[in-house]
Amino acid sequence: MLGIVGTVPDQDFPLTIGKVTLKQGKIHIEDQEVEMSRGTPALLGAVCKTCQVLGLPEPLALLVGDIGLGHGSRKLYAYLENEVKNLGLSTVTFHYLQPDVDWHNRVLFALQEIDPRPTLIADAGFMYAAKMSGQAEEYDLFTPDIGELAFLADEEAPHPFYTRGFILHEDNQAMDLITRAYKHQNAARYLLVKGKQDHVAHQGKILASIEGPTEEAMEAIGGTGDTITGMVSALIHSGMDIERACVVAAKANRLAGHYAKPTPATQIEEIIQHIPRALESVDKPYSEDNSS
Amino acid sequence: MFFKFRKKPSSKKSGPKWDRGILVFNHTSEVIRAESTLKSSGWEIKVMGPPPEIRTGCDLVIEFPLIEELNILRSLRNASLTPKEVVPVNSPLLEPVDLFHVKDFGDWLMVRAANMKLTVDKKTLTIVNVSGGGCPDVPYLAKNLCGKKLQDAPHPRDIGHTLCGYALELAFKEMKRLCLG
Repeated sequence: MLGIVGTVPDQDFPLTIGKVTLKQGKIHIEDQEVEMSRGTPALLGAVCKTCQVLGLPEPLALLVGDIGLGHGSRKLYAYLENEVKNLGLSTVTFHYLQPDVDWHNRVLFALQEIDPRPTLIADAGFMYAAKMSGQAEEYDLFTPDIGELAFLADEEAPHPFYTRGFILHEDNQAMDLITRAYKHQNAARYLLVKGKQDHVAHQGKILASIEGPTEEAMEAIGGTGDTITGMVSALIHSGMDIERACVVAAKANRLAGHYAKPTPATQIEEIIQHIPRALESVDKPYSEDNSS
Repeated sequence: MFFKFRKKPSSKKSGPKWDRGILVFNHTSEVIRAESTLKSSGWEIKVMGPPPEIRTGCDLVIEFPLIEELNILRSLRNASLTPKEVVPVNSPLLEPVDLFHVKDFGDWLMVRAANMKLTVDKKTLTIVNVSGGGCPDVPYLAKNLCGKKLQDAPHPRDIGHTLCGYALELAFKEMKRLCLG
């Protein structure tokens, strides 16, 4: 089963574990309903759409309310420490959680006791904690954007907010940052770097770069990184190898954005609606004729 | 376009390294409140990254002249703020990212500070998107800011709790400076 671990921006949202369905553009889990907006709900929207296209069962969501104080995240960490081995998860994606190294380590130790160990994917706050803990290499895939890649490349930074200027500098190319992240053991086995160009890297080498179609406005839209992580999670869970899943997810995210004809004011829900068509078009040659 | 965060010239030279201490709080939101309180009282303080031995995750600390500890703690007490720890430091602390990036999309303007981006409709001054970041207050901040006019929206420093929230505050302040003067 595919498990998605994250938070929703409502501090009264209780710890909720259940299968996720999409109904009328909203996420349903147990008796809770969540708007499909940025953050983990956007990731879940992309996961559900991808599972529908692939004919996969619904994912299991492990969600809690957290508005940045960390109370909800710690409740969820504690649940995972005790229960993750009983959930039957073969792929787990960790997302918007309060970065906390101690709790990260407790959850990772619990995951390491599962045989066979699930495929582990991390993004957002949990990826920050994974890097800071020095255990990045235990993960199969990180999905940083280019700024977060600079953070992974900076062996001293505990959070992207502290990435040193000489590493963050625009002249640094993705390849240099990827090399540096692997050199200091701060990268997962695979990296899917999201940016103007997307890159798939493995053990310090770029395996593939994805460039088109390009929509400048995507940079401003909150959630466009969450959708790519959602798609790649479902694709990996379907059995696709990680490199191919990264390429397909990156291409599909670009196509979904392109089909939405976005402006910087576009909301992520509009882009998620185009994911099924985008996934079905990934292997078709792209042309302006089939772009609308 | 990149440019450095604008810093006020300091009234005094920074003291020697062995004269500094750091105030550690439970939450970044408390650091932000303490920073506002101490700066408005005229103290020469800096928001910095904690030394490795006390890092837990999403941390900020306040660096202050150690000799002023009692006065500074009194100022904080008057604002109902109590640091979790007060620690002397003698090694360099991490400095926050200090670059802004401004991108003009024609009808929209985007400001990035560190890992957070804020986009505004230039005609209506409505905040249309918040992106970047990975801490759990980012979706919460986005929900509370998007759709509001720049002059009416809450400050991220007032409702955010993490380093991502702090970075968004910097973008928000710069956007206000660019759009409202």
